[in-house]
Amino acid sequence: MKKLCLLFLALMVLGANMALASAPKDTLVMAGVMDEIITLDPAEIFEFAGAEFAANTYDRLINYDVDNVSNIYGSIAESWKISEDGKSYSFKIRENITFASGNKLSADDVVFSLKRVIILNKSPAFILTQFGFTPENIDQRIVKTGQYAVTLTVDKAYAPTFFLYCMTATPGSIVDKKVVMAHAKDGDLGYNWLKTNYAGSGAFTLKKWKPSETLLLDRNDDYWGEKAKLKRVILRHITESTTQRLLLEKGDIDIARNLQPDDIKGLAKNNDIKIESKAKGAVYYLGLNQKNKYLKIPQVRQAFKYLIDYKGMASTILDGRATVHQSFLPKGFLGSLEDLPFSLNVQKAKALLKEAGLENGFSITMDTRNSEPTTSMAVAIQASLALGGIKLDIIPGEGKQTLTKYRARNHDIYIGRWGPDYMDPHTNADTFARNPDNSDDAKSKPLAWRNAWAIPEMTKKADAAVLEFDAAKRAQMYIELQREHQQTSPFVIMFQDIEILARRSNVNGFILGPTFDSNFYHATTK
Amino acid sequence: MFNPSKHKNLSNLLKQSLKTVAIVAVTFTGLLLVTFLIGRVVPIDPVLAVVGDKASAQVYEQAYIAMGLHLPLWHQFFIYLGNVLSGDLGVSVLTARPVLEDILRVFPATFELAITATCIGVVFGIPLGVFSAVYRGSFLDQVTRVIGLLGYSLPIFWLGLLGLMVFYVQLDILPGPGRIDVFYEDIVDPVTGFLLIDCILAGERDIFFNALKHVILPATLLGYYSMAYLSRMTRSFMIDQLRQEYVLTARVKGIAEWRVIWGHALGNCAIPLITVVALSFGTLLEGSVLTETVFSWPGLGLYLTRSLLNADMNAVLGSTIVVGTIFLSINMFSDFLYTVFDPRAK
Repeated sequence: MKKLCLLFLALMVLGANMALASAPKDTLVMAGVMDEIITLDPAEIFEFAGAEFAANTYDRLINYDVDNVSNIYGSIAESWKISEDGKSYSFKIRENITFASGNKLSADDVVFSLKRVIILNKSPAFILTQFGFTPENIDQRIVKTGQYAVTLTVDKAYAPTFFLYCMTATPGSIVDKKVVMAHAKDGDLGYNWLKTNYAGSGAFTLKKWKPSETLLLDRNDDYWGEKAKLKRVILRHITESTTQRLLLEKGDIDIARNLQPDDIKGLAKNNDIKIESKAKGAVYYLGLNQKNKYLKIPQVRQAFKYLIDYKGMASTILDGRATVHQSFLPKGFLGSLEDLPFSLNVQKAKALLKEAGLENGFSITMDTRNSEPTTSMAVAIQASLALGGIKLDIIPGEGKQTLTKYRARNHDIYIGRWGPDYMDPHTNADTFARNPDNSDDAKSKPLAWRNAWAIPEMTKKADAAVLEFDAAKRAQMYIELQREHQQTSPFVIMFQDIEILARRSNVNGFILGPTFDSNFYHATTK
Repeated sequence: MFNPSKHKNLSNLLKQSLKTVAIVAVTFTGLLLVTFLIGRVVPIDPVLAVVGDKASAQVYEQAYIAMGLHLPLWHQFFIYLGNVLSGDLGVSVLTARPVLEDILRVFPATFELAITATCIGVVFGIPLGVFSAVYRGSFLDQVTRVIGLLGYSLPIFWLGLLGLMVFYVQLDILPGPGRIDVFYEDIVDPVTGFLLIDCILAGERDIFFNALKHVILPATLLGYYSMAYLSRMTRSFMIDQLRQEYVLTARVKGIAEWRVIWGHALGNCAIPLITVVALSFGTLLEGSVLTETVFSWPGLGLYLTRSLLNADMNAVLGSTIVVGTIFLSINMFSDFLYTVFDPRAK
């Protein structure tokens, strides 16, 4: 026993004598959830962590100012002009840009990158194909007009900002044609290679990606724009919030990206840690399936909106991670509506249920994914619905499991979170307020379809808004659309997401944008 | 000259080998079939993991066909079986890499933990169980039983966080989560996948010690649970053996007490203990999801769980083959050890 104690002591001394390495000075170390990254190809990336990777490693023709999103500026495009008929966009490309490979970036790369997105036709391709680009017409619609000039022709005269914002999204990333095509096999346009590799010109380059483990980015020393301050960025996949907190407090990481409210509170008194937040575009909502005999009654839909304790949930369960928001366009978007017409009002809800002939209440189910804060939100909603006599049964399930059911329209109620795909209002109007075909075998299946909400008139209004050139008029059209949507839709929109990060106090300059593809690392110092 | 006895032995050996091969083949096919069917029965759409929630109907359809999901189930299974037999476990939709490559990357992390934890469990658990049985009812016995009870009842997740809080945050003598400090990322090239071995091969002494320190806390934690289990089982086996007449006879014959306990009684516990250790080791090799979560340890448990929750069937089936192989190998190895420790088992 004595010997065992001595052995243990020896191990402790050995441990204490070996200095523990903390985050290096020229390296930004972040902990976050990055196991959602399933591809590194910008033509396929469609998840938050992947979009952030692409934003920091690839350039796009244009970009927007994260503090004033209406300010769209040229990135690799020096300038651009729109034809009089509003259908052609001509971009002049900067001549001094090289890819990380050393190849010069020219119009060939731009044309190749955009055509590649359309031909590969992966999940985010619709961001470009919604402008009428097809594999058959791209040779006429996406054209190189000079060594450093490109013209794109869309099928209708859309609101210019709609097209321009779409070009700032991940599929608008420019890839190195020579490098990608050198790895192409069987006509795959380099897809199988680029899924796990890199061919960009951004402020950072990919050093190594170990799925669900680490993502290592190195500074691109030949970057044409403002060079990154730090030499390397390391993202470590750490799911557990408390673990992220411990690492941050010890200084082994510089930034923790996914902290739960308890851990954020725990860090608030630590002078070495600073908390930052930024409103994101995602909204939390309930989808009420119109195939359900109770939920299709307008008064019942309205009663649900008065049986949610918005303020209570925002101040307890979400506690700084979301703000009450009740319209489909998040704050910060053109035409966003910040009216909050609903609050917990049991009397009003009961009156509405009585009007619907359901004064004795009814039972209903809600599919809920097994993760926070969704689970806690579901429990709170269950309690507040009970006040109105509605018995809610929560059906817990894994994310993909509940989603499968939702997409098949087999749910009663679904509690979900929806993030915009680009910064234009059409991104959410297209899914919350459009449903061109409500049949079971419809080709387009937006959220309105998933909840079986047939809205031919509202669809026409949304279609008209996307074609309005005048920004002020367009904003007004969306405001009116949302007011109608708030009162009639089967969506109980509750909150707008806020991204919170905790950083060491010596770390500055991390840019948090309104979407994940506008979070930037290049200005970060430590 | 023809030797009938030798011929008979060879024939028996051949029959035995064929029987073993048949058992292994049937077990694997059954294992694959059941896992495959479970994967198809779970209410998760595997296409979602590939195209995401927002894909258009056309993109969805394209992926659905590319994944072969439009084919009848039996057809899908036979295609998969054919690929497996030719050594192709397919590509994981979540990592975009061959499943075999993924498993070779995550399995060593789990193996390093499991082997260290099992060593801790055996070295401490068996002697503790023996002492506890010999001094039954004593203070030592009570302590052992409390250790065993805590090992059964304390959530590993909680104990892991507590361990980090004490040894990493407060005492500052052990590193935080992960297999290695950030500072050393991307220095040692993976050769075997076993970080400790790769560090030795690369001659990186500092990184070796860093990796060793990283393994101490999670391995000790898992080792504690293994120790709690083994000490309880050893105690129970030993109490049973110490009641046997041969122990009394040995004592009457004047054989030294330590020899009666450690030689005779513990020797007779060897067979059941081998089974218990083998099962414990096998379970650890499947990966401890919670430990891997707390310590951000990129092992097989996390890989398998994540694949299952995303219906990434190639990864799930590939991992199942690995886990199945491990269990079969461990079972065969423990069968072999039976014959070493007990000649009657031959």
